[in-house]
Amino acid sequence: MSAAELVKASKRYGKITALDDVDLTVERGEVLALLGPNGAGKTTTVQLLMGLIRPEAGRARLLGHDPRSLAARRRCGAMLQVSGVPATLRVAEHLKLFASYYPQPLNVREAIRAAGLDGLEARPVLKLSGGQRQRLMFALALIGDPELLFLDEPTVGLDVTARRRFWQVIRRLAGEGRTILLTTHYLEEADALADRIVVLNRGSIVAQGSPSEIKSRTANRRVRCRTRVPTDTVARWEQVQRVRVDAASLEILTAEAEAVVRRLLDADPQLSGLEVAGAGLEEAFLDLTENDGREAA
Amino acid sequence: MTTESMSMSSVARCYALEAGYQLLSLARMPAFALPTILFPAMFYVFFGLMFGGGSSRVNVPTYMMVTFSTFGVIAPALFGFGVSVAGERGLGWLRLKRASPMPPGAYLAAKTVTAMASALAVVLILFTLGAYFGNVTMPDGSWLLLAVTLIAGSLPFCALGLAIGLNIGTQAAPAVVNLIYMPLAFLSGLWVPLYLFPDWIQHLAPALPPYHLARLALHAAGQAPEVNWPVNLAALGGFTLLFALIARRGWRRMKEA
Repeated sequence: MSAAELVKASKRYGKITALDDVDLTVERGEVLALLGPNGAGKTTTVQLLMGLIRPEAGRARLLGHDPRSLAARRRCGAMLQVSGVPATLRVAEHLKLFASYYPQPLNVREAIRAAGLDGLEARPVLKLSGGQRQRLMFALALIGDPELLFLDEPTVGLDVTARRRFWQVIRRLAGEGRTILLTTHYLEEADALADRIVVLNRGSIVAQGSPSEIKSRTANRRVRCRTRVPTDTVARWEQVQRVRVDAASLEILTAEAEAVVRRLLDADPQLSGLEVAGAGLEEAFLDLTENDGREAA
Repeated sequence: MTTESMSMSSVARCYALEAGYQLLSLARMPAFALPTILFPAMFYVFFGLMFGGGSSRVNVPTYMMVTFSTFGVIAPALFGFGVSVAGERGLGWLRLKRASPMPPGAYLAAKTVTAMASALAVVLILFTLGAYFGNVTMPDGSWLLLAVTLIAGSLPFCALGLAIGLNIGTQAAPAVVNLIYMPLAFLSGLWVPLYLFPDWIQHLAPALPPYHLARLALHAAGQAPEVNWPVNLAALGGFTLLFALIARRGWRRMKEA
């Protein structure tokens, strides 16, 4: 039995189709990353799987149960996007309260340690920094000792160090055999954590596979240089998929780097700072989620 | 990790913690709690005690103690539910709680207990003012019946607040609560006795829930012997049910936007 699944699920908000006929299975013990830009349907997917909203068509199952059932919810933990935490309670008080909802919770001290909140037990939520608040949300997700963890944009707003530390904790939890479904628009994050990536765009799955499979879906390379050739001109070349300008550099995404470099040097012999590199997951992702392959920025 | 049932004691613990922390939150926010508790007392002092006398029809300090207590117990119910539920919904916090295995009853019971604790404070302050400065006298049993009526009578307003907090936009809910509270109270005769109003308002009043609570409370205090209390009780029961159904609809359709 899978940990969670959507079968031909669709969800609309008014005229907007948030999710369109999506089939998704989260296998037990895997770390699955839902990757996509804002509005792709990641949060809708999580909410359907958790029974927080109902699909107009299709169905959702959670640990073999109706997602709204207590039996399913007692075995899950969730870190959802919130814009604030009730500020009148202290860290340990929030955790004690959530612990009381579960049949066999972790003790508060364990959750505090796992989330890196040591020393902040007695701190009022009002006085937590953004990162500390994020860790409290994570501790609340863990407090029920869940088999299945939903993490909706868990590292948004964290600095690089905090994010890397968070990744270590996720890996440890996955190592304990927990199933983890995380959504992210940080491509590096999906690559670093997930066994499997599902790429969503505009309510549909546009690609899925291991991180290396996703990356190999596009054979693109990235050419960077400083040049006087106008950006618009480069964008019109047929070998060029996308052009981006940052600082003084032009960045070109292409499947035919050699041809592009030759044309660039022909057009501008004074060209400098030339760099050619394999495109990362980010470029693969943009390719997968952009309908029109060309974009001049 | 797969235990299917929780013992009665752990469910009780969950209810107790939820209520305890809700009360603790209220105590930590005196700026929120104090005005709702002190306003009715202030109004009673101005209108019931300083302006007292005059009327031969009723005992003004007693009558006004009852109606301003009614006014006072409605506020924590309406605001505690309407404003705080809408606020937690707006944060996305309520969604997190719904995603957890929290028994929804624990959340509702905690808010109800908190509203009723504030109602108790209102009642005690007004009774004290009435007894010491208004020479209000009643048999002990009437004081007790009046207190129980007022505190239990805040329940329909808890349901109304919940219906607002779960159905109306999270930004608009506090404004809606503020907008309906004063007119509801005024038109139900909580500030000025209803018999001083034009006929058409007197006829309108039974459509408003506070009117029925005020009738019950006045009857308990011996100020309205003509009251047919089972009718008022049934009306309050009906309003509670209606508001609870509207609240349930909001809970189920909650999109948290």
